[in-house]
Amino acid sequence: MAPAPPGFAARLLEFAEALRSEGVSTGTSELLDAFAVLDEVSWTEREAVREALAATLAKSPEDRRVFELVFERFFFRASEAEAVRQGLREEGRLESGGQVDLAQLRDAIAQAIRDGDDQAMGDLARLAIAAFGRQGEGSGVIGVDVQRIRRALGLRTETGPRPPEADSQEVAKGEGLPRGGLRRFEAHLRRELERDLIERTRRLPPARPLNELDRALPSGPLADLAAVHRVVAQLKRRLASQGHELRGRRRHAHVDVRRTMRASLETGGVPVVLKYRPRRPRRPEIFVLCDVSTSVTSASVFFLSVLHALHDSFRKMRSFVFIERISEVTDVFERERSFQKVNEAITRDAGVADISGYTDYGRVWTEFLTSVVDELHPRATVIVLGDARTNGRDPRADAFARIAEKAGRTFWLNPEPRLYWNYGDSVIAAYERHCEAFECWTTRQLEDFVKALTRPMVA
Amino acid sequence: MVAVDQVAPESVEEIAAGLRATGYLPGESTALVSYLAMKLGKPVLVEGPAGVGKTELAKALSRYLQRPLVRLQCYEGLDEAKALYEWNYRKQLLRIQAESGVAEDAPGWDAVQDDIFSESFLLARPLMTAIASPEPVVLLVDEIDKTDQEFEAMLLELLSDFQISIPELGPIVARTQPVVLLTSNNSRELTEALKRRCLYLWLDYPELEHELEIVRLHTPELAEHVARKLVEVVRMVRTLDLKKPPSIAESIDWARALLLLGADDIDEATFRSTLSIIVKHRTDLDVVAERVGVQLSSGALGTAQAS
Repeated sequence: MAPAPPGFAARLLEFAEALRSEGVSTGTSELLDAFAVLDEVSWTEREAVREALAATLAKSPEDRRVFELVFERFFFRASEAEAVRQGLREEGRLESGGQVDLAQLRDAIAQAIRDGDDQAMGDLARLAIAAFGRQGEGSGVIGVDVQRIRRALGLRTETGPRPPEADSQEVAKGEGLPRGGLRRFEAHLRRELERDLIERTRRLPPARPLNELDRALPSGPLADLAAVHRVVAQLKRRLASQGHELRGRRRHAHVDVRRTMRASLETGGVPVVLKYRPRRPRRPEIFVLCDVSTSVTSASVFFLSVLHALHDSFRKMRSFVFIERISEVTDVFERERSFQKVNEAITRDAGVADISGYTDYGRVWTEFLTSVVDELHPRATVIVLGDARTNGRDPRADAFARIAEKAGRTFWLNPEPRLYWNYGDSVIAAYERHCEAFECWTTRQLEDFVKALTRPMVA
Repeated sequence: MVAVDQVAPESVEEIAAGLRATGYLPGESTALVSYLAMKLGKPVLVEGPAGVGKTELAKALSRYLQRPLVRLQCYEGLDEAKALYEWNYRKQLLRIQAESGVAEDAPGWDAVQDDIFSESFLLARPLMTAIASPEPVVLLVDEIDKTDQEFEAMLLELLSDFQISIPELGPIVARTQPVVLLTSNNSRELTEALKRRCLYLWLDYPELEHELEIVRLHTPELAEHVARKLVEVVRMVRTLDLKKPPSIAESIDWARALLLLGADDIDEATFRSTLSIIVKHRTDLDVVAERVGVQLSSGALGTAQAS
């Protein structure tokens, strides 16, 4: 077995520190174990080292997931940092890309994914980036770029839990790819994009905490639905009790004269005990617009379940989903009680005109205005769930402003971390002027939003 | 008593090969973690969905290492008396009565008291058996997540020091180092203290090729293409949102059933008639029959990966 390279102990401590900063509790005893196991495995085998470290440091499935991400990033960064220090550049990168035949590229990638050939996937990822690099600016956010390239290549997962009709269509096209393989390809894409960025700027980007979307949100459709459901149940209780806790407060309470007089009969007509008017919790009328395009794929299951929960709690509510055009789905939610059925119904026949798969916010606002503007009133609340990425189209902030003006309150829930807002084609700033924007990709943030929503109006 | 040719694996490959020889096909990390556990003398906490071979791993280890398997099946309400040790109350009573009934030559109360709290009045339960055994054993604490936290706390002493303290007798230290496996279905979060003392192994549903190998190992007579199709179907069923997704155990059962039926292909009819082997919930049955049945009839499965 190869002996430990010098200085590795320090690296391991740094690694543990990185794990801790991501919320994995790594105690001293675990670290000692890690050192002990590393004596037993060969240093030169990446897999063995990773498994051994994972066995001692990551002790739950969630921790394991974070561990994988941190491990990947930590050692990737370590080697890149070394490369930057030594001024190394990879030779013969496909800078120009030449003429790449898209169909050919797609077939090659599909083949590599099916074969599970990591080497080929890495090479093809580079090729794909080179091919799309020429088509203008990236969005500036790696995650979005990855989705874009994937979409442009028309790579789709196979036969997930979808309605049978969709299945047979896809099978007929023969384009379905194993989900795991596709995810691996995306990881390659991400890594190559990152490497590109590092080479361009010749320095490492600042270490960011892991994108919580990666680890907190259920991304596999329906797989982690139970988790969402638990939170949603909590949310419901919260919503139900929200009004009540305010009832006890006396600040703005009005004296109920009639009940006070009645109570005063006991004390011979002297109003000793004041009776107050009960404070009614605000039950607003809500309009929700939910983006279901591919750029928010991972968040849309989350969003739909939020919608589902809201429907249970607010009687007066109308929901819409949109990609390029808008489509009302209120009746779907009213008809179906089970979330899964709703999800299916929406993906199947919500009639969202998905021509290009790109969101067109401008068009969405105008359509929303023409169809429901008359029903908006000062007691109405409009909630938009979306990433505000217009794909370069006109954001039509003026139309949005008119909606916001008509409605009493307007909220925006953005599934991207605030750090990414207004990068690339995100135009959230234009909308933020007219509404309250929240970042919302965890259930905790959702709760903050719910508090804001059920907060009684001051006016 | 002399320990008979104890197997002491010297490398990960050796343990992997040994486990294979006993009919258990370990994944890469399984062999590695088992090896580390033996080397470091630490317990292993094995987690994963039901039916991926957690308990089977302990059995295979015991077969391979030629050590007896001591198993403690956990359940709600399991307490020390059933897991560790118990004083043999009846025997103690008998002893006292036997002594006190007779005349003057009976030993004094002190003698009797010392006597009835000695090891011969102790009923050893699984954990005690494992500790006190003269030859090394494999200790399996099955479904630790079914017990309550108090029980977990009680295990801590055993797991870190391999000893059990009996108030009347003092600590009993293990004479040999047992290999300890704890399994959990992750139905509740285990305490940090317990996790800290263990190595962690997450067993998941295996990769396609790996599962195929497992199925082939258990039913070598089944034709290759049927086995492959079977595994593909099972994997697809797992991706559906079921109450109880089929595990490896169910794949094997299904393979055996197909063998018995003499099926040489999985078509829709065979699938429907044997569906109940892999899916065990009424609602799940409907979902699977609808989704998978369609695909089987359209012939989309089995051909794609045939090349």
